[in-house]
Amino acid sequence: METETTISTFLSDSILERITDPAIRTVGEKLINDERLTPKDGLACFNTQDIIGLGQVASAVKRSRYGDKAFFISNHHLNYTNVCENKCRFCAFHRAPDSKDAHTYTPEEAAQNIAQSPVVDLREIHIVGGCHPDLDLDYYMDLLKALIRAKSSLKLKAFTAVEIDHMASKAGISSLDCLKRLKDAGLSAMPGGGAEVFSERVREALFPNKINADRWLEIHGEAHSLSIGTNATLLFGHLETVEERVTHLFRLREQQDLSEGFKAFIALPFHPENTPLAHLPGPTGVDILKTIATARLILDNFAHIKAYWVMLGLKLTQTALHFGADDLEGTIVKERIAHQAGAATSPGLTRKRLVEMIEEAGLAPEQRDTFHRPIQES
Amino acid sequence: MTASILKETIKKASQGLRLDPNQALLLYEKADLLTLGRLAQTARFRHNPHPIATYAVDRNINYTNICVSGCAFCAFYKEKEDPEAYVMDRDTLNAKCDETLDLGGTQILYQGGLNPDLDLAWHEQQVAFMKSKGLHVHGYSPPEIVFMARTEGLSIHEVIQRLKEAGLGSIPGGGAEILVDRVRQKISPNKASTSQWLGVMQTAHDLGLKTTATMMFGHVETLKERILHLLAIRELQERTGGFTAFIPWPYQPGKNTLSGRAAGGTTYLRTLAISRIFLDNMPHVQASWVTQGHHIGQIALHFGADDMGSTMIEENVVASAGVKNRMNRDEIIRLIETAGFKAVQRDTLYKPLENYKPVEKA
Repeated sequence: METETTISTFLSDSILERITDPAIRTVGEKLINDERLTPKDGLACFNTQDIIGLGQVASAVKRSRYGDKAFFISNHHLNYTNVCENKCRFCAFHRAPDSKDAHTYTPEEAAQNIAQSPVVDLREIHIVGGCHPDLDLDYYMDLLKALIRAKSSLKLKAFTAVEIDHMASKAGISSLDCLKRLKDAGLSAMPGGGAEVFSERVREALFPNKINADRWLEIHGEAHSLSIGTNATLLFGHLETVEERVTHLFRLREQQDLSEGFKAFIALPFHPENTPLAHLPGPTGVDILKTIATARLILDNFAHIKAYWVMLGLKLTQTALHFGADDLEGTIVKERIAHQAGAATSPGLTRKRLVEMIEEAGLAPEQRDTFHRPIQES
Repeated sequence: MTASILKETIKKASQGLRLDPNQALLLYEKADLLTLGRLAQTARFRHNPHPIATYAVDRNINYTNICVSGCAFCAFYKEKEDPEAYVMDRDTLNAKCDETLDLGGTQILYQGGLNPDLDLAWHEQQVAFMKSKGLHVHGYSPPEIVFMARTEGLSIHEVIQRLKEAGLGSIPGGGAEILVDRVRQKISPNKASTSQWLGVMQTAHDLGLKTTATMMFGHVETLKERILHLLAIRELQERTGGFTAFIPWPYQPGKNTLSGRAAGGTTYLRTLAISRIFLDNMPHVQASWVTQGHHIGQIALHFGADDMGSTMIEENVVASAGVKNRMNRDEIIRLIETAGFKAVQRDTLYKPLENYKPVEKA
C-alpha cells in the first residue's frame, strides 16, 4: 500500500523559501498546485544556477509518488547484432556487415547466451541491435520465440522504433502489422532508444539516415495502441541546444497525453569516445542532474524516470536518485553500446551491488518486473 | 520527537549558528541529501559570498616512495630494496619545476614517504632550490615532520623553523586520516598520533605558516568519529586561525591491505556538506575531483565546496591505488563555469591571481 502523500509534503514552505532562483520557486508552486509546466518553465530549469533547489522540487515529485523507494530489475542486455546501416555520428557501436568485428547471433546462439546468464532471478531481456541489411522479419520473430523457449518466464523488451521501422519496411508491411506479429512472437515491451533529440537540425547533422521524430512517436503510439508499454529516451550533451531538449520533452509529454503507453523516461548523456564527435567533452555532472530533474518535472504523465547507471556511473546514479529519478535499470550483465563509446562503468552489476548502492544513498531498493510491478520476495 | 529536534537543528544550521557534535551527527545521519546541500551552500556563501570558485595550478612532487610507515590504506609506498623504490634527484626535481612554471603553475605540493636515509639538511636544500625557482613550496605533511624531528632528535618547532627558513611556504594537511586514535591504531599505527598531528599544525600556525586540513574517511571509522575529527580541526582553528582550507576525501581501496569498497557519491557529498556546515571557522572547502571524477567533483561546488583544488600536473598517490582522474586547466575552468561560477586561479594561500584566458581550440 502506498501512503497518500502530496508534493507539498516534501516541498515545505521552509524549503521553498530557501530556493534562491525565483523561477524554480515558481515551478515548485505550480507543481504543488497541480499545474503543468510550460516550455518557459522547462528552460528556466535548464538555465538555473540553483541545482539544489531544482533537485528539491524534482525530489519532492518523486517522493510524493514513491517515497524512499528506488527500483531496479534483474535483467540482461542482449545485442543480437552490431551491424547497422544508419551510421549515426554519435555511435561507436555499429559495424559494417563485412567488418571483422561484426557479429550477428542466430536465434539459437542468443537463446544459449541467455540460458547461461549469471543472473539467477532473471526477469527481462533488453534486446537492441542495429538496422541490419539482410535480416528478415522471420529472424526477429524466431529470435523472440527462441528466447521464450529458453526461459518461458522471461519478459522481452525488444527493438527500438528505429529497428521496427527498418524491419517493417524491409518486409513491406506497416509498422503496426509488424508490431502485432512481434507481439504474437513474444514481445512484451519496447525500449526507448533511437529517439536521440527531436530536432531536424540535429538529425541532419548527426543521424540523417534514422527515422525522424514524427515517425518515432508514431511507432510508439502504435505500440501503445496494442498495449505494448514502451520507454522513451533523450540523447543529450552533443550538438543540441537546451531549447531542443525542452521541445523533445514536451513532444514526449504530448504523445503520452494521447497514447498513455510510456512507462519510463531515460536521459542518456552522450559518450563521445570512439565516435566522430570524440572532440566533444560530453555533458557535465551538473548538466546530467539538471536534465534528469527537469525531465521529472516536465514529464508529469510519465510514471518513472531512470538514472541509467551504465552511462552515469555509480556515484552520479546515487545522486540522481535524489534529483527526481526513481529507477536505475538493472543488472544488465554485459552492456556494449555505451561501453564502446567509453563508459567507465563495469558492464554489469550484481543484484547485491545494486542493493548496496541504493541503500548507501539512503533509499529503499525495490525489485520490479518489466511492467514496473513490484516482485514479491520468495 | 527526533523529527522536531532535526527540524530545530536544520533551522539552527541555516542561521549559521555553531553546532555541537551531537547536532552535527544528527544532521549527518538524518537530514536528506539536498537539505544538507542547501545548508552547506548557505554556509559556503556566508564564507565566500561571491559566485566564484577557485583553483590552483600546481604539481605534486613525491620526493621518495620509500616509507617505513606501512599504512594499511596506502598503495604508494615501497620498501627500500624494491626495484621501484626511488629518491628524486636534483635534475629530476629541476625538470619538474621547470615544467610546472611553463604550465603557469605557482606551487609545488611536495610530499614523500618516511625515508630514514633523508636528513633535514637534504630537505632544506631541496626546499631552498624550489623556492629559488620562484615556486611556492606547500610541503611536508605532519607525519613527515614528526618523523624528521624524531630522526634528527629535534623538536617539532625546530624542524618547522628550519624548513621555513629554507623557504617552506605552507604545510599540506595530509596524514590526518581520522584524528581519533582508535582509528589510527587500526589503519596507521606507525604514523603521527592525533595529538602529534594537531601539534605540528599548531606549531606551524604559531610560526606563521598556513596549512590545510584533510580527512580521509570511509574505512574503519564511525560517523561519530568523523564528526570528532571535524571537531578537533574546528577547535584548533579557533585557537590559531591558521587553516586555509579543509579537504575531505574517501579512502580509495586498490593495491593495499585495507581492502573494502570506496564510499559512494552520496556519502561523499553528505560528508563534504556536513564539513562545510560544521567547520564554521574554516575559510575554504575543497572538492576532490581526484577521487570523485569530473561529475561529482563539479557537483561538489553545490554541496559546500568553493574550490576545485588544483590541476595536479602530476598525481601519484591516488593513482597508485588505481584511481586515475586527469584534468587540465581548461577543463577545470569549464567545469566551474558550467556549474554556474566564475573560475578564478588562486595561489596556495587562496589569493586570486590574474585571470587566465583559456586556449582557443581550433
